[in-house]
Amino acid sequence: MGVTATRARAPTFFEEVLAETPGGSANLEMCIQCGTCGGSCPSAADMEHTPRRLFAMIEAGEREKVLRSNTPWYCVSCYYCMVRCPQEVHITDIMYSLKRMAVREGHYRESSAASVPGFSETFMDMVENYGRSFELGLATRYHLRHHPLGAMKMATGMGLDLLRRGRMDLTPRRIKRIGELKAILAKAKELGGEEG
Amino acid sequence: MKQYGYYPGCSLERNASAYDKSTRAIAPALGLTFNEIDDWNCCGATEYISLEKLPAYALVGRNLALAAEQADNGHQLVAPCSACFLNLRKADRYLRDSPVMARQINEALAAGGLHYEPGSIKVRHLLEIIVDDIGYEAVAEQVQAPLTGLRVAPYYGCLIVRPAFDGQFDDMEYPTTLDRLMSTLGAQVVDYPVKAHCCGGHMTQISEPTALELIRRLLKSAADYEADVITTLCPMCQLNLDAYQDAVNAYFGTDYQIPVLYFTQLMGLAFGLSPEEVGIGQELVDARPALAHIGAVEEEAPAARRRPSRKKEEGLPMPVMPEEKTR
Repeated sequence: MGVTATRARAPTFFEEVLAETPGGSANLEMCIQCGTCGGSCPSAADMEHTPRRLFAMIEAGEREKVLRSNTPWYCVSCYYCMVRCPQEVHITDIMYSLKRMAVREGHYRESSAASVPGFSETFMDMVENYGRSFELGLATRYHLRHHPLGAMKMATGMGLDLLRRGRMDLTPRRIKRIGELKAILAKAKELGGEEG
Repeated sequence: MKQYGYYPGCSLERNASAYDKSTRAIAPALGLTFNEIDDWNCCGATEYISLEKLPAYALVGRNLALAAEQADNGHQLVAPCSACFLNLRKADRYLRDSPVMARQINEALAAGGLHYEPGSIKVRHLLEIIVDDIGYEAVAEQVQAPLTGLRVAPYYGCLIVRPAFDGQFDDMEYPTTLDRLMSTLGAQVVDYPVKAHCCGGHMTQISEPTALELIRRLLKSAADYEADVITTLCPMCQLNLDAYQDAVNAYFGTDYQIPVLYFTQLMGLAFGLSPEEVGIGQELVDARPALAHIGAVEEEAPAARRRPSRKKEEGLPMPVMPEEKTR
């Protein structure tokens, strides 16, 4: 009976977030709003909403507010919240889910972290084309597109120091079977599209 | 000889090549053989997973599949980079936990002629195999030039201790394995409270003020406890603490000059290897003065210290008095 009722209506925002989060159960429904997550978070001070509040907003179905929030983008992936959570909510993974949903729906553009996905996108381009990360290409392309002044800083200060000490490649390294990797990623995208 | 598959990851190819070099340099003394996985690809760091789910797991899945295919190197895969370590372990764990995702990832891998049976590769961090498989006693036997008098702050960062995706290796908030390894080398271990706090990861690219504050906390604590050197086991942590130390000084008006070395570099020095053999000199904050202090490198004339030209990030450059310039 319950199952039929669930199928009959569109999934709630809460259910969508859970479905987006991999690996068994993310336990979000177990959240008791204790705030251990925000209290353990090294970057909570710069977040618009603490994780605790964000989870209440997810439950309340405040889709746009949640996906426009800078909170997931300020998550540093340190997993402190996740290991301290008394309810074993997979907090870090939920933050990744929210990032992906925000990008898919374009909501991040209205957030105060609007330029952030650009870094991930540039990184992803490098990996898809070469199979390896390419720091100089990543830094220059991302900064020129989003922070031209930052690009100048990179080129004159630390970037130069890293180059001088042989810590940056001038050209990207490509894996041998890049075609194989591209085929795998293309298939995974196709399957992901069907799923979503 | 213990055989392991070796996944260096992108950082160890260049930015953290001192980590790769020193790891390979100490391996023979410890009886370790590392067989690099042929044609491995990037693990995606924290970026790929921020945009795509299945492709991100397929990206890591290819590495696991290659490691399994080349498993005559052993079914254990060593990753020295904490982010690679986490991604590989997490992917294996979630593929085991979710048969649906395992099927989808294998469908994607099949497009490249590959297959991965979840759980068939055991992912290990480099520190883990040194302290658990080799052991402190065997390390102690190799020490030729103890680091006596060097005050070392062991910095674990996050991903080697949190979360435990495949068994817990050390305490999640107050780990001690690297402390004990450093005292095995004869170093004086600095016990400071933030050793498993976060360096900010890629936050320098997202919000520099947020990032610099996280880095400052670590530097301040290490300095308060009078560390000569911070030692790390992750390329991201090393980059943030080392390459952004000048930026922290400029932003907060501080004057930290704490070198940040990989634990394998300190192991190599204690084993009697030369500074060049373990990649000393690639760090931006010069480690030679601290190492010369204990005779691990030769004393040399102090280089002119680079000073930040501006105290604040924003604002126009201010006129500077000549004596201030030469200070």
